[in-house]
Amino acid sequence: MLFLIIKRILLGLITLFIVSLITFVGTEILPGDACTTYLERQAFGEQLEACYRRLGLNVPAYERYVSWAVNAIQGDFGYSLSGEMPIKEVLGPRIKNSLVLASAAIFIGIPIALILGIVTALWRDKLPDVAISTVTIFAMTIPEFISATLLILIIAIWLEWLPGIVIVPTDVSFLELLPNIILPVIAIAMIMTAHMARMVRSSVIQVMASEYVQMAILKGVPYWKMVFKHVLPNALLPAINVVALTIAWLLGGVVVTEVVFNYPGLGRLVIESISNRDLPTVQALAIILASIYVSINLLADLMTLMLNPRLKTLQIRK
Amino acid sequence: MKLDNIYQEEKKSNFAKVSEIIITMASRPSGFIGLSILIFHVVLAFISPYIAPYDFKAINPTLMLQAPSAEYWFGTDDLGRDVFTRTILGGRTALTITFFGSLIALLWGGLLGIFCGLVGGKTDDVVMRIVDAFLSIPWILAMLLIVSLLGTSTEVLIPALGFFYGKGIVRVARAATHDVIAKDFIVSARARGHSNFSIIWNEIIPNVRDSILVEGAMRWSWMLLGFSSLSFLGFGVSPPTPDWGLMISNARGLMSFAYWSVIAPIVGLSSLIIGINLTADAFAKALGIDRSTKAPV
Repeated sequence: MLFLIIKRILLGLITLFIVSLITFVGTEILPGDACTTYLERQAFGEQLEACYRRLGLNVPAYERYVSWAVNAIQGDFGYSLSGEMPIKEVLGPRIKNSLVLASAAIFIGIPIALILGIVTALWRDKLPDVAISTVTIFAMTIPEFISATLLILIIAIWLEWLPGIVIVPTDVSFLELLPNIILPVIAIAMIMTAHMARMVRSSVIQVMASEYVQMAILKGVPYWKMVFKHVLPNALLPAINVVALTIAWLLGGVVVTEVVFNYPGLGRLVIESISNRDLPTVQALAIILASIYVSINLLADLMTLMLNPRLKTLQIRK
Repeated sequence: MKLDNIYQEEKKSNFAKVSEIIITMASRPSGFIGLSILIFHVVLAFISPYIAPYDFKAINPTLMLQAPSAEYWFGTDDLGRDVFTRTILGGRTALTITFFGSLIALLWGGLLGIFCGLVGGKTDDVVMRIVDAFLSIPWILAMLLIVSLLGTSTEVLIPALGFFYGKGIVRVARAATHDVIAKDFIVSARARGHSNFSIIWNEIIPNVRDSILVEGAMRWSWMLLGFSSLSFLGFGVSPPTPDWGLMISNARGLMSFAYWSVIAPIVGLSSLIIGINLTADAFAKALGIDRSTKAPV
């Protein structure tokens, strides 16, 4: 068991190492570098060399990678180009804002997804299932920027209930942020909830068809007792992994949604730093987003391991 | 002569198999709707240049932001361009880029996955680590990097999307290969001394084709989503190319008084994505593969 956990963590770390290499090489190939972008037309001669020396760009690439990686492990990502601020300080409030947005969407989304998934599975092919499934297909397939645009059009412009575009500074307090995040949270939660509800549905349906559930029905176990005691614990277990993957996939969706609502989070920073060719920030963002992805998946793996005694013994025997 | 007969019969049964799958797909209401939407969009993509009433890039300042009328069915946008023309042409861009992109993704992802599943060992370990690493970079960041590195022309977007969306197929193809690799016919092909290439071509591909095709159909809808998100963010095709994502992002700022120029591309894009999704779903069901348990990776 312990061996398995350590192995998963090691694999995650290897993945992160490869990600850091990929992004470093990727940003290295990008035409132009920090100094030519920063100095614009004056990028020649002495000034250029002074800039190279100041930003440490005059040493070979692999040396720069090593020193960057050593600092990054300690949480120091160097300086961003545009504001010449430490990236750590730029990232701090952004991460907090995005975290507020994502966790609100997750806390609203997961319970709704569970209820919808279970309801559609238990009333399979009846009216509630058909109605809810149709809605989830729409919610799931429509891109975030379309649902976000429609939300702004209908709720903010036509009905004038809520502000459509977030106009707050980055380091705003939580209470001031609150009315602004309702629409973005709905936009993100919608697509995520729909995905998860579908997975829960198919998982519950699979368990309902299994022999031990049939047995319980034949034995005369009351329907709801059977659902809560026999079906749900077994059905929700495999869903954990898939839910984790969905959340990780949504990192991309969060970026788009933040841009639509002008929300001061990590997503807008991604776009801004790429447009400005702010490569140190891009590298830091890639590593941070990839670590979020890797740790969510790791957490899900560990949770399934803990909750499923069968898997434990099986894997050890292997 | 006998051999010829057998061969012809096999060909015929292949054709019958395909039409059977299509009929099974269309027999469900959701599959029928999906197929109809998809066929509608494909047909429209082929004929739209001939039926478009106006020039898609003709700017006319006197006709700015006109409401829908008999002359301009969906109104005009902020540069006085006909929204109807641009909307029906927008599907062409999206369908061409994502269709060829998915094809590339299917080819390289499928072949690499099968190869890794077959050879196993160190090669497999190394390749799968790299694929995992690529999977854990959020798609949007990677696509933005590629696009800002290589530009936003169609010749760049198609292989970039194809490369990026193929990495998930590697996993699926590898898993499907693992399922068939222990079967007797592979072992006997090995014993007969067939090369890896011959085993892949003759034994494995016919057996993993279904799951890879279903995966490819799913990728297609996600690629469309990714591509239009890129356009929306300003990193996709460049103006004045008629493209739905681009149209939505342009018209968004003015939608409080000219909602029509944002509604038309939204309807176009949403219906195409839903059509492809329903078709992929029906396709998976017709082949007996459950895709609802899969996460969008």
